[in-house]
Amino acid sequence: MEIPYTISTRPDTGLWNAKIGIWLFLASEVMLFGGLFSAYVFLRLDARPGEWPHGLLNVPIGTMNTAILILSSVTVVLAWAALKMRRYRAYWWYMLATISCGLIFLFVKLYFEWPQKFEHFGAFIKPEAREKYEQYLGNHHRESKGFEPRIEITGHLENHEALHDPNAKEYEIAVDPVFLDPNNPVNDRPHFLFVPPTDHVVKIEKEDVDRIDSFGPWHSAYFASYFTITGLHGAHVLGGVLVFLYMWLPVSKKVYQRNPEHLANRVEVSGLFWHFVDLVWIFVFPLFYLL
Amino acid sequence: MNNPPDIAQDPAEHEEYAHGVHQHVSRYLMVGGLLLFFTLLTVALSYVDFGGFFSWLFHIHVSPDGGRKLNITVAILVAAFKASLVGLIFMHLAAEKRLIYRVLVFTGLFVLALFWLTYFAWYDPITR
Repeated sequence: MEIPYTISTRPDTGLWNAKIGIWLFLASEVMLFGGLFSAYVFLRLDARPGEWPHGLLNVPIGTMNTAILILSSVTVVLAWAALKMRRYRAYWWYMLATISCGLIFLFVKLYFEWPQKFEHFGAFIKPEAREKYEQYLGNHHRESKGFEPRIEITGHLENHEALHDPNAKEYEIAVDPVFLDPNNPVNDRPHFLFVPPTDHVVKIEKEDVDRIDSFGPWHSAYFASYFTITGLHGAHVLGGVLVFLYMWLPVSKKVYQRNPEHLANRVEVSGLFWHFVDLVWIFVFPLFYLL
Repeated sequence: MNNPPDIAQDPAEHEEYAHGVHQHVSRYLMVGGLLLFFTLLTVALSYVDFGGFFSWLFHIHVSPDGGRKLNITVAILVAAFKASLVGLIFMHLAAEKRLIYRVLVFTGLFVLALFWLTYFAWYDPITR
């Protein structure tokens, strides 16, 4: 039996069926991401001074990934236009470009951004012990300027065994550069370029530390929401890539040969999904990377 | 701002139609360029101290916290503009059928209600 209204419009809706279907699905997606974004707003407004970290993500890489996603949105709409103009060859290339962009985005996320986070540690200093580490935290300077205090010392943890060894008295952290010059006004705000931890090891006594964690979801409400939202977004990118792969493979050429408009409509609805994924990222990028 | 109409079966008509799509292509490329430009702009603006700028411009005192809020507002405005470009041009919402607008109006209302619920929880008298 033929599936009705894949190309022609249904009289009562004025649309072909997949179009209304994808928009209903996107409406549910708006609710899914909307819930997470409202949780983000809630957690952020609720964070005490200094608790919401700034400048821990790699901005140049994030900017590049944003550009890649925008580029893929352009190529997918061009792929659709090529089908409308009955240029299968051009469609094939645009689709390949879209799939590649999606894969590069995921690759950057999974091999550069996330693993870096799991190797970076932050030691939250107890409020009463912060004076002791003033030379690294620079909170007198920050207070005089009205900035939120620094409550953790971050960097590369040199003695991992101290995490589990009850006899170990201190953590050795090769600190991030900001802690070596905390009173310098250039360090008042995050920098654009990502700077790796220095060789300078700071010893922090275990009893002065509230807790120490790598930059995983367990580190803070910030990283919990970062991993939840970018993880869900990444799953959407993967889903889109898989659908596009199907549209790109020779199987879909048969659909094109039978009725080119059918494939064009399929590409249009999957493109709508892809643009939505791009749209979510347009908000994720400034909220997590820049603000 | 009209979408390409449904495909015509007549070859002569299709020729004309393909020409229409061709014009759309240049618009898509332009929007893509704009989106890239605004991405760079939003990155650059996030390093501008709007608090300091406003204090200087209006001779008022803006706290660092107030300055941060200004930066957040600016970034959200740029993001909203970019999102509307994607929605209107790439997703063809500039000219869509009425039913889709109806669906989207309800989506907007429900998502606002969702945000409002979280806001409501913020003023929860029991846990605060």
